[in-house]
Amino acid sequence: MIDTLRLTAYEAAKLLREKQITGAELWEAYRRAIDERDGELHCFLHVCDDPGGDGLPLAVKDVIGTKGIPTTAGSKILEGYIPVYDATVVQRAKENHGLRVLGKTNTDEFAMGSSTENSAYGPTRNPWDPTRVPGGSGGGSAAAVSAGLAPWALGSDTGGSIKQPSALCGNVGLRPTYGTVSRYGAVAFASSLDQIGPVAKTVTDCAFLYSVIAGRDRNDSTTVELPEQVRIPDRVDLKGVRIGVPTEFTEHEAIQPGVRDRIHEAIEHARALGAEIGECSLPLSLEYGLPCYYLIAPAEASSNLARYDGVRFGHRTPHGGDRLEMYTRTRDEGFGDEPKRRILVGTYALSAGYYDAYYGQAQKVRTMLIREHAAAFERFDVLLTPTSPTTAFELGSKTADPIAMYLNDLLTIPSCMAGLPGLNVPAGLADGMPVGLQLIGPQFSENRLFEVGYALEQAIGFDYVPTRYRT
Amino acid sequence: MPEIDRETLLHVAQLARLELREEELERLGNQLNDILAAVSKVSELDLTDVPPTSHPLDVVNVWDEDEPHACLTVEEALANAPEREGNFFKVPPGGSE
Repeated sequence: MIDTLRLTAYEAAKLLREKQITGAELWEAYRRAIDERDGELHCFLHVCDDPGGDGLPLAVKDVIGTKGIPTTAGSKILEGYIPVYDATVVQRAKENHGLRVLGKTNTDEFAMGSSTENSAYGPTRNPWDPTRVPGGSGGGSAAAVSAGLAPWALGSDTGGSIKQPSALCGNVGLRPTYGTVSRYGAVAFASSLDQIGPVAKTVTDCAFLYSVIAGRDRNDSTTVELPEQVRIPDRVDLKGVRIGVPTEFTEHEAIQPGVRDRIHEAIEHARALGAEIGECSLPLSLEYGLPCYYLIAPAEASSNLARYDGVRFGHRTPHGGDRLEMYTRTRDEGFGDEPKRRILVGTYALSAGYYDAYYGQAQKVRTMLIREHAAAFERFDVLLTPTSPTTAFELGSKTADPIAMYLNDLLTIPSCMAGLPGLNVPAGLADGMPVGLQLIGPQFSENRLFEVGYALEQAIGFDYVPTRYRT
Repeated sequence: MPEIDRETLLHVAQLARLELREEELERLGNQLNDILAAVSKVSELDLTDVPPTSHPLDVVNVWDEDEPHACLTVEEALANAPEREGNFFKVPPGGSE
């Protein structure tokens, strides 16, 4: 009997290698878990048939293109769209390790959201408590890994869409350094911010999946060669590692007391492991990160989403009209509220007369955020903060107020704006729901993040199986 | 900060090629004003001498050899077309802009 709730990708690979189980049996185990639990959770928008082989199954967020497999980005405007090529990350997963695409996971429409409630196909529920959200936008990937419906998954992160759902579902999730993972074949949201990354049960699995997908791709000219090979972490102490704690991020009034407690405990674990802990300050990041992001991301989105016009793929209005009317009706029918809000904000921020005051100013704020982080990394190797100010919230509790929803990303956004990698590691539970800690490092410091994450993971000893599924 | 009135909203929607229905104009218009009020916070900072950042990596340009390599066939490129005629995407005749 394969226990998909408990089995890590590393262990599954070992069982396959030692021929204790077959690839078909492993696939079947995940399909059974999906049949059993996904009716309630709704992690998957599409489940695939076994393509055969002995590779591990892989869940893929539905903003990542998969050849011959529907890809909707959680939007009605892409209903029925079937990509004719694989995204580079999917191609690498298949070619390098024979990974098999298990299914496509639910997401806020065009990855715009923090709860997966903006999906045009209905929300995903949190495996720890189905009355709560799994976070977003990659709630489907995070919940699937947490509920044992997939050994691991790919997500995408623009302002926290891997890190925040990983925190809310008790997973390890990496937003890689901008440029380390190809975006070719992924549905674009905000091109100067979007990154694809792994979601897994453990730091080891997360590091391994990152090593599968990372590296320069000639089809994405923003990618670069990794300066060093990905190392699977095995160090259990943190001697000599300098960890900075930005006080604004840990003491902010929006931070739930239970979250703060788990973060303080994690800091004590790090100290006990030999790390040098010091305080630092990122005042501009906390105060101006969110407004900066909610100008730049919508501005880029308004440009990227111009391609959905009913001409080449996706939805086209059945309600006739001339060409201009076809465009405007197709877009009104196909987009949900959140993409419309962001297209309108972005178009306005880029329009004549407002460009300098909004978009231009936000780009300058972005420079300040980069500088502020760079100054912190003169003194520290890694920064440690909460990932999300709160644990998972109730479905429907923030949908009526876009700004309340945006605040979920308060702590994940600043480092995204600076192009920095961030790793979510579970820090324990608060009132029965997972709390995540965020490790941020300089660009290309993934190996260091894995090392620190691994050591903390061992010390914290978090049980990633949701309590209600434990037997 | 300027409020987005109905006329501005219609103009922005037209620039973005969105046909908004009457109930959307009211709801999205209000939300848009709330969002713009929140993000206008960036204007508090005096950043006259700060250069803008458009890209988080310090990369300049990428050159590739001018060699042909595999690309989509015509059939693949048209596979998802809502409407086609021969080797073309078919669209309704243009309206007045």
